[in-house]
Amino acid sequence: MTRHWLEIADRVIETQRYQELSMTVKLSASVLAIAAVSATTAMARDNVQVTGSSTVLPYSTIVAEAFGENFDFPTPVVEGGGSGAGRAKMCEGVGTNTVDIANSSSRITQKDLDTCAANGVTEVMEVRFGYDGIVFASDVNGPEFAFTPADIYNALAAQVAVDGAIVANPYAQWSDFNSAMPAQEILVLSPGTKHGTREVFDERVIIAGCKETGAYDLFLATAQGDDDRAKSRAANGECTKLRTDGRNVDIDGDYTETLARLEADKKAIGVFGLSFYQNNTDKLRVGTMGGVVPSTESIATGEYPVSRPLFFYVKMAHLDVIPGLQEYVEFFVSDDMAGPDGPLAQYGLVSDPELAATQEMVANRTPMGPLN
Amino acid sequence: MTDATSANVPTSAPAPHKSSLLTQTALMKKRNAAESRFKAYGIAAITLSLSVLAIMLWTIFSDGVSAFKQATFSFPVTLDAEKLDPRGNRERDEMMRVTTIGYTNLLNQQLVAYLADRGISTEGVSDKDIAAFISRDTPARLRDMVLANPDILGQTIQFEGFATGRIDGYLKGRVTRDTAERDTNISVAQLDLADRMISEGILSASFNWSFLTAPDASDQRPEAAGLGVALIGSAYMMFLVVIMVLPLGVAASIYLEEFAPKNRWTDLIEVNISNLAAVPSIVYGILGLAIFINFAKFPQSSPLVGALVLTLMTLPTIIIATRAAIRAVPPSIRDAALGVGASKMQTVFHHVLPLAAPGILTGTILGLASALGETAPLLLIGMVAFVANYPAGPLDGGMLDPATALPVQVYSWASRSDPAFIERSAGAIIVLLAFLVVMNIVAILLRRKFERRW
Repeated sequence: MTRHWLEIADRVIETQRYQELSMTVKLSASVLAIAAVSATTAMARDNVQVTGSSTVLPYSTIVAEAFGENFDFPTPVVEGGGSGAGRAKMCEGVGTNTVDIANSSSRITQKDLDTCAANGVTEVMEVRFGYDGIVFASDVNGPEFAFTPADIYNALAAQVAVDGAIVANPYAQWSDFNSAMPAQEILVLSPGTKHGTREVFDERVIIAGCKETGAYDLFLATAQGDDDRAKSRAANGECTKLRTDGRNVDIDGDYTETLARLEADKKAIGVFGLSFYQNNTDKLRVGTMGGVVPSTESIATGEYPVSRPLFFYVKMAHLDVIPGLQEYVEFFVSDDMAGPDGPLAQYGLVSDPELAATQEMVANRTPMGPLN
Repeated sequence: MTDATSANVPTSAPAPHKSSLLTQTALMKKRNAAESRFKAYGIAAITLSLSVLAIMLWTIFSDGVSAFKQATFSFPVTLDAEKLDPRGNRERDEMMRVTTIGYTNLLNQQLVAYLADRGISTEGVSDKDIAAFISRDTPARLRDMVLANPDILGQTIQFEGFATGRIDGYLKGRVTRDTAERDTNISVAQLDLADRMISEGILSASFNWSFLTAPDASDQRPEAAGLGVALIGSAYMMFLVVIMVLPLGVAASIYLEEFAPKNRWTDLIEVNISNLAAVPSIVYGILGLAIFINFAKFPQSSPLVGALVLTLMTLPTIIIATRAAIRAVPPSIRDAALGVGASKMQTVFHHVLPLAAPGILTGTILGLASALGETAPLLLIGMVAFVANYPAGPLDGGMLDPATALPVQVYSWASRSDPAFIERSAGAIIVLLAFLVVMNIVAILLRRKFERRW
């Protein structure tokens, strides 16, 4: 008899435990099901999604925040990650689980546009909203530097022109090739090849310096190629080869990393964006380029040579699908934001003199034409 | 005879060893020296790691503690109805046309006027520089206040708002007169004015709750940036991870440990689980992007996708911990249960699992702690982003709204240009560390309380 009761008790306990267990299993299964169902219903996304260049990221967040404050739309979600990665993400296709806008600190390439077209992203709007300056800065307590592109080239190139001949870079101090410069060891923290900054650095500083020092002509004389264009491309390629003996350090991270390295090694020269420098003037001393001090004014007038346009690319198929996308784009290029007195300019953006044309283009939803 | 035999005993036999344990021989000295050297190495290793840890904690705390304090100003603001509601009919849509720029101008003018009223000298500081005291976040808060309650238009209210990052830094010692001299964003005259405002009670520093509750803010307003969205995002993810990883992990381990036959296939599975536990976390991010976003079309940047990725990442760890806990239950328990007639399943669920539970819990908590601190896989699924809106409640689909996570916030603040964000970043690390410490302490306590030794 007792045994019988024990058995029953055991069975009761058993069923209870099974119920508990199956409850947990059912609970988690139902949560997953709910999540899956709501995922499909949430396809109608109500916030703008932006990705791309980490240089454009701060401008984009400033606009997104002000947009969220002043409109009844949710604040757009802005991601960094790099210009190339952002454009690739935009070109993944059309649909609410793809991003709406790609920020870019260099112009879109034909390859990107081809990928876009292949994935159904046929119409893209190109919005140029301003310019960004690139500055050379050293430790605030160090000596003053007045650079020319030729100085940077002589300091950094793998091969330089000495007395009309190409030789491996022999210079160890800035004063070795320009007696007006401080007798300080050469150490430059330049943007890594992943950066959009590297492109303008190569083009406006290294190649310009290559031509100034005469190295370009020497490279051109020995360049291999079928026609002049191929030869000049080969010569440019030779120019942009930087020395690898440790005097040039490629920084693949953010400007904060460059700053940290510069604080650790005070003789270094760092390459920064103008806005980053303006936020850290207590730690950095900026060098002039060709005698011009970098500032929003000198970049706007074109006096300061090292600057580049900043863009964002809008997937036009999303314009009437994602609420607030058109408004966000219009708000971004409005005078209140991107104008010369707007918050972006205060942060270090050089306002685009042709902003009015951009505003009109955005209002008319003009897609970008073929790249020239 | 006896004498003779005793005489025959060879006297050249080795003399009995006369050394005592109390006197050290050369060999013993050598052995003792080796032992004390080894101890010294051990102590040195511990000292080294402790001092590195101490240095790390010291840098984090010295940079970050100030993030929990915030300079705020407080002064009476007259809400000019003509400026804030030009048509005068208190319609929300029409009042919305006055943007934050309008409110900024109003606040700036009122602060300048108030300083003049109180007779506080603003020598050497232009009106624009005075306006620079007010955080850019403040006008938006005033605007929200007015839009929510239009009746306060025309009244004078005592308004509290954040001071900008540089002034905030001055009150907390991050900005000094030395740095201000070189800094183009702040002048020594402004700091002098700040001193006068402090003594008049307009400016003060207090505990910064909004650091824990407010959403992220843009690069121009570090003072307003908070961890609110990141905390919610992390909480959602941890919740989802627990309810997904625990049943899956425990079921898998029980099957593998108690029911599965031991053959080549289960060996292969075992090796693979150990391998998966060692796969770099970014790989799970790539997987998550491919499966959950591109294939299953789940929304980007959502805690749900983050949780799915983190579940995949922690699953092998949990399985390994659970299997170890189950294996630690002595076979005699199983034998006894089977011996009195329990089925295999009863044995497992009535006896083995309850006894293994403390070990499973500890393993789960440690797995969760590592998932909480993970950034890399979130990078690819769009959670490393600027998100300024709180996700909705968990029952309103909040798991699908964009959100960030604690370690993500550390990373994105650390890469911003304004030095005030470095302080915020260290502050976020402190919060993250606090969570990890709590989780680890809970794990230890649970183990202490329920652990059974056989």
